[in-house]
Amino acid sequence: MALIDLANPTRFLAFAERALPWLAGAAAAAFAAGLYLAWFVAPDDYQQGATVKIMFVHVPAAWLGMAAWALMSLAALGTLVWRHPLADVAARSAAPIGAAFTFLCLVTGALWGRPMWGAYWVWDARLTSMLVLFLMYLGLLALWRAVEDPARAGRLVAVLTLVGAINLPIIKFSVDWWNTLHQPASVFRLGGPTIDPSLLWPLMVMALAFTLLFAVVQLAAMRNEILRRRVRALRIMQAQAAQRA
Amino acid sequence: MTMALGPHAGFILAAYAVAALVVAGLLVWIVADHRLQRRLLAELEAQGVRRRSATREERPA
Amino acid sequence: MISPAGPSLASALAALLVRDLRLAVRIGGGALMGVLFFLAVVTLVPFAVGPDLALLRRIGPAMLWLGALLANLLALDRLLASDYEDGSLDLLLLARPPLELALAVKAAAQWLATGLPLVLAAPLLGLLLDIEPAAMGAVALTLLAGTPALTFIGLVGAGLAVTLRRGGLLLPILVLPLAVPVLIFGVSASNAAVVGPVPFGPPFMILCALTLVGLVVGPFAAAAALRHGME
Repeated sequence: MALIDLANPTRFLAFAERALPWLAGAAAAAFAAGLYLAWFVAPDDYQQGATVKIMFVHVPAAWLGMAAWALMSLAALGTLVWRHPLADVAARSAAPIGAAFTFLCLVTGALWGRPMWGAYWVWDARLTSMLVLFLMYLGLLALWRAVEDPARAGRLVAVLTLVGAINLPIIKFSVDWWNTLHQPASVFRLGGPTIDPSLLWPLMVMALAFTLLFAVVQLAAMRNEILRRRVRALRIMQAQAAQRA
Repeated sequence: MTMALGPHAGFILAAYAVAALVVAGLLVWIVADHRLQRRLLAELEAQGVRRRSATREERPA
Repeated sequence: MISPAGPSLASALAALLVRDLRLAVRIGGGALMGVLFFLAVVTLVPFAVGPDLALLRRIGPAMLWLGALLANLLALDRLLASDYEDGSLDLLLLARPPLELALAVKAAAQWLATGLPLVLAAPLLGLLLDIEPAAMGAVALTLLAGTPALTFIGLVGAGLAVTLRRGGLLLPILVLPLAVPVLIFGVSASNAAVVGPVPFGPPFMILCALTLVGLVVGPFAAAAALRHGME
């Protein structure tokens, strides 16, 4: 099957039905391996002790929170330039998933911060950027709920997604700059740049597991969204038929 | 759980519990939503409402 | 306006600018609402944090910036809404000048009517917060450089929200996260001028850069939002 065939919603549904069990199995296997490595193999950090285990959830959640916005930006181009219905469906499905992972990143970050910093929230640069990202996800979801026609909502959301994609690096840069202004650079940061290989491997496997999970939920949500739009179209047809009769 | 989690075991377990809740929430959402949409589609089709393109799409391209 | 030559485009945009400014300052316009709101917000600050002059001096620039941001937000709701209601936005969509330029002119008029008064009022309000005159000049300068960015970012939100039934409520939620960088660098530059110790130059230059980016991105994104939202 060529990639272009997936552009047809019916063929996409068939593809999703076939791919989902395999993807779900792969995600489950990756989680089993990742959790085993994270809990029974990875050593405690010399500085953070056992709390480093939170990193194996926190960092993949942060990565998926950002990756979902990147996916939505690509989908937004597909919506605005080619007016492709599946691009719109993809963006619609990715938004709540991305918001969920960003939320998970924030909560685990706060739970990691309490023992490390002595406070749940210290306005650390990375966490603050994720908080702004979370706000933007909520705004996007609110915009979606404000428009009745899904096609029009999708195009408006696509514009906001792209504006956000331009703004997110600027926000990241600003928050980093603001943070160095207010805090000495020596302050410990979550998921710092230097990670020992003995911790890196479990982290990579967990990141893979979360990414596979994202793929499963994304495919299933896209399938649901296509069905939802069919239901909507059928209802409109039904109403029109009732009007004629 | 036999390993030692140190003095911050509560925070570690809470983080994994929240992660499990979020993942479970996503899975429940997609499964329940799928069942709902399938049921609605079946109901509509039982009432004789059909998509105009339903016959065309089934034909090989 | 039959000929497609340059002067007619300029005169059409100038006419739009004059029209919007007139609408803003006439009765029922609301150009001064922003300044009144600004005054009210700054007046409330000492009630919230206490009349400690040392504290007020330290947080003064931040309060002025927050007040300006909120006052700017207050006016955004009407930036496109009245034109949408009376149908002149449809005419702008069909008119010869590119929609992007027309929207940029509308945002410029909005800034002249609501943003510039905030900049002019800021030094007076700075007196209430015990900010030194020299430092107040710097704060007013950052507002002068930064408030256009707020208006043009707001233009995107207004373009997205104008066709929605509850758009006015949605607008601040959409716009505020995007305004984070402007707030950070505006307040940083102001604080640099008031309390130091970091130099004023770098954050001010970045603030100017943010405004320039906003001037470019805002009209294009707002025009795209209107084209997709109004069909």
